[in-house]
Amino acid sequence: MVEITNLYKKFGKNDVLNGINLSIKEGGIFAVLGPNGSGKTTIIKTILGMVIPDEGTIKVFESNIKNNSDYRHKIDYLPQIANFPSNLKVNELIKMIKDLRGHTEVDKDLIETFKLEPFLNKKLGTLSGGTKQKVNIVLTFMFNSPIIILDEPTTGLDPISLIRLKELIQAEKAKGKTIIITSHIMSFVEEVADEIVFILEGKMYFKGSISELKTKTKQQDFEHAIANILTENHV
Amino acid sequence: MFKILKYSFFDLMRSSWSYVYFAFYLLLGIVLLFLNNDLSKAVITLMNVIIVLVPLIGTIFGVMYYYNSKEFTELLLAQPLKRSSIFLGQYLGVAISLSMSLILGLGLPFIAYGLFKSNAIWDFSLLLIVGMFLTFIFSALAFNIALSNENRIKGFGYAILMWLFLAIIYDGLFLMSLILFEDYPLDKVSLIGTMLNPIDLSRTLILLKLDISALLGYTGAVFKQFFGTNFGLIISLFALLIWVALPVIRIVLKSKRKDF
Repeated sequence: MVEITNLYKKFGKNDVLNGINLSIKEGGIFAVLGPNGSGKTTIIKTILGMVIPDEGTIKVFESNIKNNSDYRHKIDYLPQIANFPSNLKVNELIKMIKDLRGHTEVDKDLIETFKLEPFLNKKLGTLSGGTKQKVNIVLTFMFNSPIIILDEPTTGLDPISLIRLKELIQAEKAKGKTIIITSHIMSFVEEVADEIVFILEGKMYFKGSISELKTKTKQQDFEHAIANILTENHV
Repeated sequence: MFKILKYSFFDLMRSSWSYVYFAFYLLLGIVLLFLNNDLSKAVITLMNVIIVLVPLIGTIFGVMYYYNSKEFTELLLAQPLKRSSIFLGQYLGVAISLSMSLILGLGLPFIAYGLFKSNAIWDFSLLLIVGMFLTFIFSALAFNIALSNENRIKGFGYAILMWLFLAIIYDGLFLMSLILFEDYPLDKVSLIGTMLNPIDLSRTLILLKLDISALLGYTGAVFKQFFGTNFGLIISLFALLIWVALPVIRIVLKSKRKDF
């Protein structure tokens, strides 16, 4: 599905990724964890081709993504910070993305799920952070792509929307999709993720299921298990 | 690319700046024509304005548009689109909408004045063509500067410096070197020097077409011999084309390697 081999990336003098090897299987929810600045977003952006790696290869569905843009038809991406052109209206933005990616009807259901009807004719610059994130979610889930990448999907959401988002993620998983999530909210990850990978300073420290992590670190609780990796690796 | 071009173009057409720019040229055209009553003099005054102002506006709009549409660009980068089509689409959106403001803003008053019945139509068309070239050249240069500088203030500063250099400082250096080496034959050197700056090239091209090269003395005669002929015209238009092509090629190459 997604195969990352020997990935290196530097930003100036800052080594962000130091030889990441990662293989993500088809189907299920895969969480990428790590403290701030550990390179989670950079990994995701390299998969999307927004950041160009210094070394290493990435294959999505068996094909190398270098100098390729068509494979992004198979990926839906929810960016970390919902930055939209501020002078565009919500429905104009949705129409534009549809024009670029293809027709879909799913957006109507999503707009209803997240109660966005009153905002459709408002400019994106005037929306609150949480509402922008909802628009962001609609844009991400309205296409039926086999891979979904969510970068900090819970940011700014109210409890009801958070429940709806979890339902949405589970529904997509039930369709056999692969979902890649990064998050700082450990309870959220524990609830949804089938497999996790822990990244620290651009290196991989753990890959496996949450129960495997708990046995490995001899901790009862997921948050303590994560803290245990951190202290063991003197951070 | 055309979808991006369409969105950038309509985005700019909705911004009030395009209308301010359009209104400025409209006003300039009307004032020059109806207070001057001499079409060829109006064309010369226009030339002086266009040569300096069009590059400035192209530079500022190019840099501003790039930085302002950063969010839009990031949204597009995650979509199945080629990077070159995203950036070329945005660049063409800026360059075409600026050119349209220029052509419509100046064209309308001139048509109202009766341009089609006048001999000045060729001079006027050349002026508009040169103005379009300058728009395309300077917005491409501005995009290059913006692509290479993450910091907006720095990018803006470099862009203004680039304009200042090509519009004013270059001429000063050029003149000084001509005075310094006046004992040597300078015909070829000054021809090449003119070719290397799109603003100088445009100015020379128009001045010689307007047949006032006599004002330029001996150099004018040499220039007339070169630029006044069809061969010279073709070579200079070709040089302007290269001035568009090089920065555009760099936009494509640079955008391929950039991280977002």
